[in-house]
Amino acid sequence: MEKFEKLSGIAAPLPLINIDTDMIIPKQFLKTIKRSGLGVNLFDEMRYDDDGREIPDFVLNKPQYRDAQILVAGDNFGCGSSREHAPWAIKDFGIRCIIAPSFADIFYNNCFKNGILPIALPQEQVDVLMKEAEKGANARIEVDLEAQTVSTSEGEVFRFEVDAFKKHCLLEGLDDIGLTLEKAAAIDAFEAQLAQARPWV
Amino acid sequence: MSPKTLYDKIWDAHLAHEAEDGTCLLYIDRHLVHEVTSPQAFEGLRMAGRTVRAPDKTIAVPDHNVPTTPDRVKGIENEESRIQVEALDRNARDFGIHYYPVNDIRQGIVHIVGPEQGWTLPGMTVVCGDSHTATHGAFGALAHGIGTSEVEHVLATQTLIQRKGKNMKVEITGKLRPGVTAKDITLSVIGETGTAGGTGYVIEYCGEAIRDLSMEGRMTVCNMAIEGGARAGLIAPDEKTFEYVKGRPHAPKGAQWEAALAWWKTLYSDDDAHWDKVVTLRGEDIAPVVTWGTSPEDVLPITASVPDPSDFKGGKVDAVRRALDYMGLKPGQKLSEVEIDTVFIGSCTNGRIEDLRAAAAILKGKRIKEGLRAMVVPGSGLVRAQAEEEGLADIFIEAGFEWRLAGCSMCLAMNPDQLSPGERCAATSNRNFEGRQGRGGRTHLMSPAMAAAAAVTGRLTDVREMM
Ligand code: SF4
Repeated sequence: MEKFEKLSGIAAPLPLINIDTDMIIPKQFLKTIKRSGLGVNLFDEMRYDDDGREIPDFVLNKPQYRDAQILVAGDNFGCGSSREHAPWAIKDFGIRCIIAPSFADIFYNNCFKNGILPIALPQEQVDVLMKEAEKGANARIEVDLEAQTVSTSEGEVFRFEVDAFKKHCLLEGLDDIGLTLEKAAAIDAFEAQLAQARPWV
Repeated sequence: MSPKTLYDKIWDAHLAHEAEDGTCLLYIDRHLVHEVTSPQAFEGLRMAGRTVRAPDKTIAVPDHNVPTTPDRVKGIENEESRIQVEALDRNARDFGIHYYPVNDIRQGIVHIVGPEQGWTLPGMTVVCGDSHTATHGAFGALAHGIGTSEVEHVLATQTLIQRKGKNMKVEITGKLRPGVTAKDITLSVIGETGTAGGTGYVIEYCGEAIRDLSMEGRMTVCNMAIEGGARAGLIAPDEKTFEYVKGRPHAPKGAQWEAALAWWKTLYSDDDAHWDKVVTLRGEDIAPVVTWGTSPEDVLPITASVPDPSDFKGGKVDAVRRALDYMGLKPGQKLSEVEIDTVFIGSCTNGRIEDLRAAAAILKGKRIKEGLRAMVVPGSGLVRAQAEEEGLADIFIEAGFEWRLAGCSMCLAMNPDQLSPGERCAATSNRNFEGRQGRGGRTHLMSPAMAAAAAVTGRLTDVREMM
């Protein structure tokens, strides 16, 4: 997995609540058997019209946000399905960090597995960052995972919380499965006990 | 011993490892797999030279992509869908996991097949690369959706890296009124708590109205726990649960049945267990409901009118404005006057036999409104066969419904069953998101009986007028 340490980039404002996974990547793109190549279809139905032409008003179609690496959004981001195609599409587009007041559970987890950092901050702070994002290429937001901070171009600094284990994995780019397999003995022992206690499982 | 909730008990019984920082490895008893969220996980295993740790606990079935028209026995026409289903065929074979191929009579929506075949049992941990895995919580199993990376993790290690969630109790007291169903309960709860109200929690549903539900109804309730933001929904197992499970192909038998039963009977929340959040609804207060917007929390009794954006606060004002625009509705418009084009009865929320019975009871001897498109997609081949045996299929066909083969179908419209832009659908599924049932399609969620009533009148309809 790609490491995430520091990021300084343009943030795209998407001030909607309940942005669901069907909006992030509609189902017609879930037929792939690969993880890559989904970026062009990120937010497909908001981004393109019925004839597949770009809708100029949509934030990621605006020239100043085409290279956005951060997304600032409303409450309950990523609700809906468990499709990991959502973070795959986000990552493939080039976005590495999402800032919102809250995230849906499964989506939040999925981000960490793909080198994306989701940051939950209080609404007032997201409001400040949303304003900042509206400045387009005139403002870069800085994210420092080690220090757990987000800073605006004006020098305002917000601290965020992140689970220590998730932080560690993201900083080091660690593969979860490899880490868990180091605990194979514990799993073996559990299975042996399970076979005794609940043999029907 | 300190008192525990049902969730605490299941959690404790599956804790394989706990690190100092509180990160846990939860052992997984059943891993359900479907074609859309698994190809990349199997690919990952192959690339790393890993195997499936517990193939005996891993069950796969194609459902999301499969066509539901009778000609599917001849093969899947859409190339991408076919490739995905073929990939599942191959992965199931290569890794030696249990498999129900597309033309097996036991094939169906993964969350219907699991319980039907007795894979889902009380007290288990169940995961699937699908958010509606919460359905299995109806058996008192800790069941939740996971992403593809986690699918790969479970395949390789039979565990999941987890932190414990918080406990939330949703109590539905008293009795339901006539015409009110499990779907109305679960939608009303989301209307009350919002789609993020359960985030970080595992919900246990309890109370007289829940106890009174059949297993099918309980599955409908738990199915939509995720729509309320919760990782999982649970209902403590009781005699109804044991009765449902008994004799199923993969349920324990003989002495093992007795041993299992003895343990299952300990699976309930202790009286003085601690709850981080409690929500109580009176069964008598729940009405037949429909959704009017593009989030499952946008729910109102069928007797109500479309709300005004100014009735809301914060970010919801804009969201409602956008939703009404998308849905083509005006504030103040009576919900019962909203005309529909399509009716979809099916999905893992409401594609079980009891759902088909409830819809057929309304449709018996009636015809659907002229010009309407209506389809029933049974949740599994076995549900379909049973409905045919009970004469329900004939009722649907005579009423003008299409009688389909099993699959997810128009719940998410990955197969050819889709809405066209602006088309309005009365649906028994679980999500009314923008574009969910087809680009520009408009979805109103409701119970099977309500969907059947809407099919007859051609508009959103109070089922109580037809009872
Ligand atoms: S029926 Fe719908 S919600 Fe259920 S598993 Fe299929 S697509 Fe998902």
